[in-house]
Amino acid sequence: MNGTNLFKIALKAINNNKMRSFLTMLGIIIGVASVITMLAIGQGSKQSIKKNISEMGSNMIMINPGADRGPGGARQSADEMQTLTLKDYQDIVDQAKYLSAVSPNVSSGGQLIFGNNNYQSSVTGVSEGYLTIRQLTVESGTMFTEADIKSAAKVCVLGKTIVDNLFPSGADPIGQVIRFNAIPMKVVGVLKSKGYNSMGMDQDDIVLAPYSTVMKRVLAQNYLQGIYASALTEEMTDIAIKDVTNILRTNHKLKEGEEDNFSIRSQEEISSMMTSTMDMLTILLACIAGISLIVGGIGIMNIMYVSVTERTKEIGLRMSVGARGIDILSQFLIEAILISVTGGVIGVLIGIGLSMLMKTVLHWPVSIQAWTVLLSFLVCTITGVFFGWYPAKKAANLDPIEAIRYE
Amino acid sequence: MDNIRRDFVVGEEVVHALRGVSFTINEGEFVTIMGTSGSGKSTLLNILGCLDTPTSGEYKLDGTPVRTMSKPQRAILRNRKIGFVFQNYNLLAKTTAVENVELPLMYNGSVSARERRERAVTALQRVGLGDRLNHKSNQMSGGQMQRVAIARALVNDPAVILADEATGNLDTRTSFEILVLFQELHAEGRTIIFVTHNPEIAEYSTRTINLRDGKVRDDVVNHKILNAAEKLATLPVNDD
Ligand SMILES: Nc1ncnc2c1ncn2[C@@H]1O[C@H](COP(=O)(O)OP(=O)(O)OP(=O)(O)O)[C@@H](O)[C@H]1O
Ligand SMILES: [Mg+2]
Repeated sequence: MNGTNLFKIALKAINNNKMRSFLTMLGIIIGVASVITMLAIGQGSKQSIKKNISEMGSNMIMINPGADRGPGGARQSADEMQTLTLKDYQDIVDQAKYLSAVSPNVSSGGQLIFGNNNYQSSVTGVSEGYLTIRQLTVESGTMFTEADIKSAAKVCVLGKTIVDNLFPSGADPIGQVIRFNAIPMKVVGVLKSKGYNSMGMDQDDIVLAPYSTVMKRVLAQNYLQGIYASALTEEMTDIAIKDVTNILRTNHKLKEGEEDNFSIRSQEEISSMMTSTMDMLTILLACIAGISLIVGGIGIMNIMYVSVTERTKEIGLRMSVGARGIDILSQFLIEAILISVTGGVIGVLIGIGLSMLMKTVLHWPVSIQAWTVLLSFLVCTITGVFFGWYPAKKAANLDPIEAIRYE
Repeated sequence: MDNIRRDFVVGEEVVHALRGVSFTINEGEFVTIMGTSGSGKSTLLNILGCLDTPTSGEYKLDGTPVRTMSKPQRAILRNRKIGFVFQNYNLLAKTTAVENVELPLMYNGSVSARERRERAVTALQRVGLGDRLNHKSNQMSGGQMQRVAIARALVNDPAVILADEATGNLDTRTSFEILVLFQELHAEGRTIIFVTHNPEIAEYSTRTINLRDGKVRDDVVNHKILNAAEKLATLPVNDD
């Protein structure tokens, strides 16, 4: 049969039933648009969290005292919290093979004072390696040196937030002496601003000092709160963790079968924990979108079914003037495809538009992925085509006179 | 057509619309089928037009038993050989007169779009609707719709024209105009089967089959065929 004629017939039928065609399209549009938008939000949040975690540091490995009890584990005794020592740190520095940087971590909270200004914060005792591990850079001045660490010099490097609070007038903090819990400390450098991370934490609210200074002069303790390290590459993270574990177990004289009295976490672990949470959110959003897709599909099904039933008479007439079953089927299939594909395309455009709107207006992290567009488009189109085709097939199998008499 | 029966099952009951109808219609005949309402005329015509299949009995068209034809074959047969005028017109809604008339040609791939339009316009002019080409079917009177239905039956240049009370809704003058048209078509060598309640019309055909209760009551050949054109000349002219 003549394809262009069938195409004309189908176009005309759509045109003659504008409202019906529009309603069918609407179901498809809503289905496709909602799936695309929802998944764009889910994927976008996931990616932004991943990015934030990777900005936290480079291939970071965190060594904490006490056995790994997992999140929500029982609080550990004071003894257990003191298992990491400076010797552990030194041994890791000397022996560990797969690390690019190592730094102890000791921190103390307290009041920072300069002149009339004071600010509640904390001082973190680290080595120079900390800058590499956390991807920090000194913007002005210098980082404290190995010599400062050796002599437990009273020097510090400030984050932007601290500078803003202690030096509101904009004066240069370098060379000034601030007080932390009555201990005078000379400012030698200021860190480049990193802003807030995705969890809403101010990454510039930070004061770095030599770990020796914090241990001897501030806390007067001889154990570490933690050791941070950076693996050489992301792939080496696992082997680096094994290596460090062995060093620490030997150091701590742990016997075979005895539980570690420290715990090691990698950045990847934290990242995958966070992304699995986000995956759940995405699945939730996908379910909502899926429901609207199903509702859209039922709408399409309903309208298509009613329309073919309603048009049985028309089908009968067309057959009585010589349309074959296949002509009728082709006509309805073309109609269904035209409506579904048009609706699908509009739905894709609206979905993308909506996602973009959320990005620009609400500043939500959205990410539109080709597979979501393709999937929702296909599902809706197939639904539309199937439910347009199935009742038409039924009608086309009738005798023309039966169809014509159909009420 | 031999011993045609057509039963309809309505719930528990079986309606015998045709109870054994047999006759042969030769090429070039102009047959009127008459009979009381419900006597089975439309049912018979539907079978003749290959729209319906008999419950039993053999119907041969051009020597081929219709029963042995596939559905698509029958569809092509209807499309090329048969023109059918329905009792209740059956026009496409929201569609203009020309487009309704073009419909059979839409399913004939060998007719170009231009030829299709020309033939539809010519057919409409023949039924006196040359000035109503682009009126939609729901904007027309019953008689106009009937004439569109007749034009649609003519447009594919069929060998057989089947008309179910094609003049039922027309005034006397328009009826005769249509009758003239049918006599012309008959003169062109087409076979015409015309269902009517009006005995007067039978006088313009070559043969009359009378149905009663699903059976042929009588089947008479008309030897004194009147000329519809002459009669038309005697009728007062419609002044609209
Ligand atoms: N599809 C059907 N289902 C059930 N019964 C039917 C059907 N078609 C026709 N009949 C019955 O068959 C009988 C003949 O109907 P048909 O339409 O052939 O009559 P007709 O001679 O054309 O009448 P009219 O002059 O009123 O048009 C009627 O009793 C009718 O009720
Ligand atoms: Mg009838």
